[in-house]
Amino acid sequence: MSSSCLQTISDYGLRSLGFGERLLPRGDFTLCDQFTLIGSGLIWNIYFGVFALAFGFFFATALALAKASPNRWLRKPAEWFIFVFRGSPLFIQFFIAYEALVMLPRTGFDLWGLLVPTDWMTSAWAGALFVLFLNTSAYSAEIFYGALNAVPKGDLEAADAYGMTGWTKFRRVVWPTMLRLAWPAYTNEAIFLFHATTLVFFSGFPAFQQRGDALYYAKFFADKTFNPFIPYPIAAFYFVCLTVTLIALFGGINRRLNRHLPGAIRPKLRIRPQIVR
Amino acid sequence: MFASCADPKALDGLAWMLCYLSSGKHLLFYGSFLVVIALMLVVAPVALAFGFGGALAARSHIAPLRWFGKGYTSMVRGIPDIIFFLFVPVAMDQGLEYIRHKILCPDWTAPIRQGNDFLVCPAAKLPLNSAPQIYHEVYGFLLAVVAFAIVFGAFASNVIYGAMRAVPHAQLETAEAYGMTPAQVRRRILIPQMWTYALPGLSNLWMILIKATPLLFLLGVEDIVYWARELGATKSQIYDFPHPDWRLWYFLLLLAFYLGMTRVSEIVLGRLATRLARGQATMAGEAMRKAGA
Repeated sequence: MSSSCLQTISDYGLRSLGFGERLLPRGDFTLCDQFTLIGSGLIWNIYFGVFALAFGFFFATALALAKASPNRWLRKPAEWFIFVFRGSPLFIQFFIAYEALVMLPRTGFDLWGLLVPTDWMTSAWAGALFVLFLNTSAYSAEIFYGALNAVPKGDLEAADAYGMTGWTKFRRVVWPTMLRLAWPAYTNEAIFLFHATTLVFFSGFPAFQQRGDALYYAKFFADKTFNPFIPYPIAAFYFVCLTVTLIALFGGINRRLNRHLPGAIRPKLRIRPQIVR
Repeated sequence: MFASCADPKALDGLAWMLCYLSSGKHLLFYGSFLVVIALMLVVAPVALAFGFGGALAARSHIAPLRWFGKGYTSMVRGIPDIIFFLFVPVAMDQGLEYIRHKILCPDWTAPIRQGNDFLVCPAAKLPLNSAPQIYHEVYGFLLAVVAFAIVFGAFASNVIYGAMRAVPHAQLETAEAYGMTPAQVRRRILIPQMWTYALPGLSNLWMILIKATPLLFLLGVEDIVYWARELGATKSQIYDFPHPDWRLWYFLLLLAFYLGMTRVSEIVLGRLATRLARGQATMAGEAMRKAGA
């Protein structure tokens, strides 16, 4: 690695966040330029993925419980929410959310004398994150719902026998078992979500001052050089690394969730992102 | 379209709406729904064929073929499909133009890649610069079909490979014991039994395919997303039908379209699963046998 490449990294390493050089490289793009800028864009993919997943996890648990609830006022809204978000393309959801957020009053609206600004909602970091959050919540809720229905009857009876009820029973028996059963499918969902973050900057949400994600910069290079054979494989390489890291992380959690089971019946993770969603 | 629509400025209310919704551009918009459905119907069998080939290659006894199959099957695992959708059409286009360039212009000496340009001789352009507009559109659509088929073929080969492994091994061994050749085992035992295991995965893929079709927009095809943005955008008074920003409504229409498509597919695929379970050595098949008896 030459010193000019170190210079490139310091100039463009955080370009996607708006630090460093303002203008994107021009003219002859070196391999170092492409690696640095696409890697810089990956920060956004990680940001969207991590936060959507973290918030979505809790909302999905609530949705799954609502869908499994005997009370139809809880069940029906949850079913509809899951149906709408699982039945329609994420791409369209992004467009709808963007158009809807743009319609909010430009100056913000008045809330009991307090002016709530709205312009930040149309920017990708908030708007797109919100859509991804809702989307992954719906998919994860369906996974959790399936797992909730698969919690063994014996476990519940054992909890009853110990005199557990309500929250204690849920927290100590139902929820851990549900997570354990859902985890392989949830891992696939997590990987898929990280892949889906590449759609954000192609779907209406503007890349403010050309601060985009990995694929945004990969497309930038491909359009500028008319050579798709370098930037896209670089982006692919970054995503393979990201996926491998995710699998290691989720595999660790999977082992922890199953640590009480004898080795032979511990479920293994089967990684089939995209084809199981 | 209708004679009464000749002067849209004079209309209002329902008549205005009728004329608006039957304007030339709206007819193109309705047509683009057919483009999307055509894409799904064309891609599904091609991807299935790719998937079949990929799965059979991954099971092959010939090592290079097996490596190719395994590589193809697993290429989509860690890489977002959108990268393929962006990559494949451009790569295909350049590859085809490169081959045509080599064949059609052997005495062209200038390098093809000059700095940031990709230059082939005019005769090698695809489609030719002089070709009518429709050729360009059809060519763009075909590149999109190939990109979709490659990506979904890889997904399908994942599913089919798994389904082939799920067929009980004893069935194949029995067939061998009857003296069938490997090709016969494959044709008579493996493939007919595989479908019931493959169907859940393939149904899922069909749903994913439906939900991936708006990505056509990224490939520059004038699909429903393109028209929704075009028609919904604010139209000032210089247009025949001025209106404020209606993109939200157009996208809600697309949402309804996709929800309808996935719902109908779900019902149809559910029926198909029941049909295929008949007589199979699975739980569903067994339940059906008991119900009949």
